[in-house]
Amino acid sequence: MEKGKQLEKRGILTEIFVTIGRIAVSIFVPVVAFFILWAGFIFLRDSNANQGIIALVAIIWGVGGVALLFWVADWVVNRTPVHVAKKLQPFVFVGPALVILTWYLFLPTMRSLYLSFFDAQSKNFIGLTNYIFAFTDSKMLESFTNNLMWIILGTGGSVGFGLIIALLSDRSKFEKVFKSIIFMPMAISFVGAGVIWRFIYAYKPAGEDQIGILNAIVTFFGGNPQAWFTIRPWNNVFLIIILIWLQTGYAMVIISAALKGVPSTIIDAGRIDGASEMRVIRSIIIPYIFSTLVTVSTTIVIISLKIFDIVFTMTNGNYGTEVIASMQYKQMFRFYHYGRGSAIAIVLVIAVIPVMWYNLRQFSKREGF
Amino acid sequence: MKKVFFVVLIAVLTLPAVFAAGQVESAAPEAKTVTVFGAFVDEEARRFEEAIKPFEERTGIKVIYEGSKDFETLISVRVEGGNPPDIAGLPQPGLMMNFASQDKLVPIWSSLEATIDKNYAPVWKDLGSYEGTPYGVFHRVNAKSFVWYPKKAWAKAGYKVPKTWDEMTALMDKMVANGHTPWAVGLEAGGATGWVGTDWIEDIMLRTVGPEVYDKWVANEIPFNAPEIKAAFDILGKIWLNPKYVYGGKNTILTTSFGDAPRPLFDDPPKAWMHRQGNFITGFFPDRIQANLEEEVGVFALPAINPEFGIPVLGGGDQFVVFNDRPEVREFMEFLATWESGELWAKAGGALFPYLNQDLNAYPNEIERSLAEALVNAKVFRFDASDLMPAQVGAGSFWTGIVDWVSGKPLNTVLNNIQKSWPK
Repeated sequence: MEKGKQLEKRGILTEIFVTIGRIAVSIFVPVVAFFILWAGFIFLRDSNANQGIIALVAIIWGVGGVALLFWVADWVVNRTPVHVAKKLQPFVFVGPALVILTWYLFLPTMRSLYLSFFDAQSKNFIGLTNYIFAFTDSKMLESFTNNLMWIILGTGGSVGFGLIIALLSDRSKFEKVFKSIIFMPMAISFVGAGVIWRFIYAYKPAGEDQIGILNAIVTFFGGNPQAWFTIRPWNNVFLIIILIWLQTGYAMVIISAALKGVPSTIIDAGRIDGASEMRVIRSIIIPYIFSTLVTVSTTIVIISLKIFDIVFTMTNGNYGTEVIASMQYKQMFRFYHYGRGSAIAIVLVIAVIPVMWYNLRQFSKREGF
Repeated sequence: MKKVFFVVLIAVLTLPAVFAAGQVESAAPEAKTVTVFGAFVDEEARRFEEAIKPFEERTGIKVIYEGSKDFETLISVRVEGGNPPDIAGLPQPGLMMNFASQDKLVPIWSSLEATIDKNYAPVWKDLGSYEGTPYGVFHRVNAKSFVWYPKKAWAKAGYKVPKTWDEMTALMDKMVANGHTPWAVGLEAGGATGWVGTDWIEDIMLRTVGPEVYDKWVANEIPFNAPEIKAAFDILGKIWLNPKYVYGGKNTILTTSFGDAPRPLFDDPPKAWMHRQGNFITGFFPDRIQANLEEEVGVFALPAINPEFGIPVLGGGDQFVVFNDRPEVREFMEFLATWESGELWAKAGGALFPYLNQDLNAYPNEIERSLAEALVNAKVFRFDASDLMPAQVGAGSFWTGIVDWVSGKPLNTVLNNIQKSWPK
């Protein structure tokens, strides 16, 4: 009450002074923030300083800059009247993400769509020719069949093994050890996995030392060494095994977490009713964690759809192992056919959208894993 | 209060504009530095830097070389993104033509053109030109039509260097009769798997139908499934697809990397007795062989098939092109067009140069000297056809076609597919 009275007493002059001050400060703070960022940018661009120092400044500038921008935006929004601030506040959080997504994802996608109707050099409009190529070229058709194989075997394998391991380790004393070992390949990049598996599948002519473990085993038992990558159509399966090796850990961890959430009361009730262990798994556990299985599967389906690194490092798409993403890369960066590259990219995006949409719907239903 | 908000909003919104404007203003070039981007890395990059030191010392211009194994991808991205290097060393003439057709390159100026006319055989200027305008300066080049063999083992077995293709076939049969395997071949090269095969086909084409038909083939004036090309594949097939002639047979051809391929030559006794590859392959020989190259390794030009065309040389090379026109960039290009820029690298080994006035004594051993001599004196020199063809074919269907053919696809299907992939 007293405060209010004091304010009234200040009169119009003070009121004006405060408003001007506020405006001045509101401008001053963002300007200062901008100059700090600008100075950092100039330093990073022009400096010949030691690389360590530059890296350090880049980290501080990058992380600090984001924090500073957020703080300034928040500060500015808080200067506004409460009802305005309330509406603006969410955008301080979501806004940057939206801007970045628009700039780095939405606009490039739109540009790809646009370019996909043009010729190699993006000069002449050629309508749907690139899409006709994408759906009729023999290598493209090969890619579609192979990608389908990746989706079915890769996803089935990863989720299947993930589920079995999760179920078994759940009943084991050494759960943590097992799970850690199975999870470990997740830390390896696809290209890294490619390098590792090259040594597993390596081939040397009969009579030489087999440096590949698989052929070493085959020859140990008196067989002839095989050039695994050239055996159609099994070479696709040999490549898919790598994906399964990489992704089983991911599937296992998520499924395992869901398993912990199955109430033991229901399981016990089932057992009291005389259900066998298999029956418990089939009729209680699986239905209970079904939505988790769907989420895991769709994630791996998307990974299989855009699989690139493994094929590119192992066979380069030779011997009938071509996949869509590798075709896109080749058209774009090796053949410089921007039209075809973009068209294939768009086909891939369209193929991923239904899976993504389904995944998101599941996601919002359950509010997270 | 609303006013305050709007003022702030406007201020915030205009910030990026200020940011962008500042960027344009301060993009002034740094003084006396030339950036060069190329495809050779590691030891080769070091030797290049060594070779251009005299230039840097003489002029005070700093040349910053940057090499990448993903050069072909990155150079396009950088040019597309408006951030090209001052000079780029392009391994493929097609890449040069691509940039030239988009007006990204600075054409060769008259003083440099005069130097090129003086220092190079005309073929190099043609290879660096697009629609009659010269853009590229060749520096290090390679020649590929050579057959390498283990000298000591050959002497022991009494094998003699064949002078004609028939003599070579007879030699191969003699080796088989002795229980030896004549050839070591490896096609694998990661993303470029297949180029070893296209090189063989090109060499055979030059020897069977000659340079003129070769040029027509490169331009697709005769289709890829024409009888001439089929015949070349048949000649190659007689060697490659006969498991007696190639160490390990088809599977080894397909899965051995090109760098590992010559190794069976240097086993004791050799598991294979000949290897056809360019001059750069010596760098992939085992260390003990490289240390005594002259004693351990012999080399001869892949023999003629049709005597009419003699012994042509197939090769390739990096051509340097200019993206940014500045005096110091011009000065460096002038330097690259002279033997002086290659001399130190030639001395260090592992590189051949096309300069007419080069000093052959600079090469460190008899082998490289003879290769350089063969290159400078060749009556017919042709650039690697797969590097000249559109990338769809030259770095695509031709490479994969060879792989498909070796792994068992019918030749007609393979050649029809390659022809179909030729951009119209």
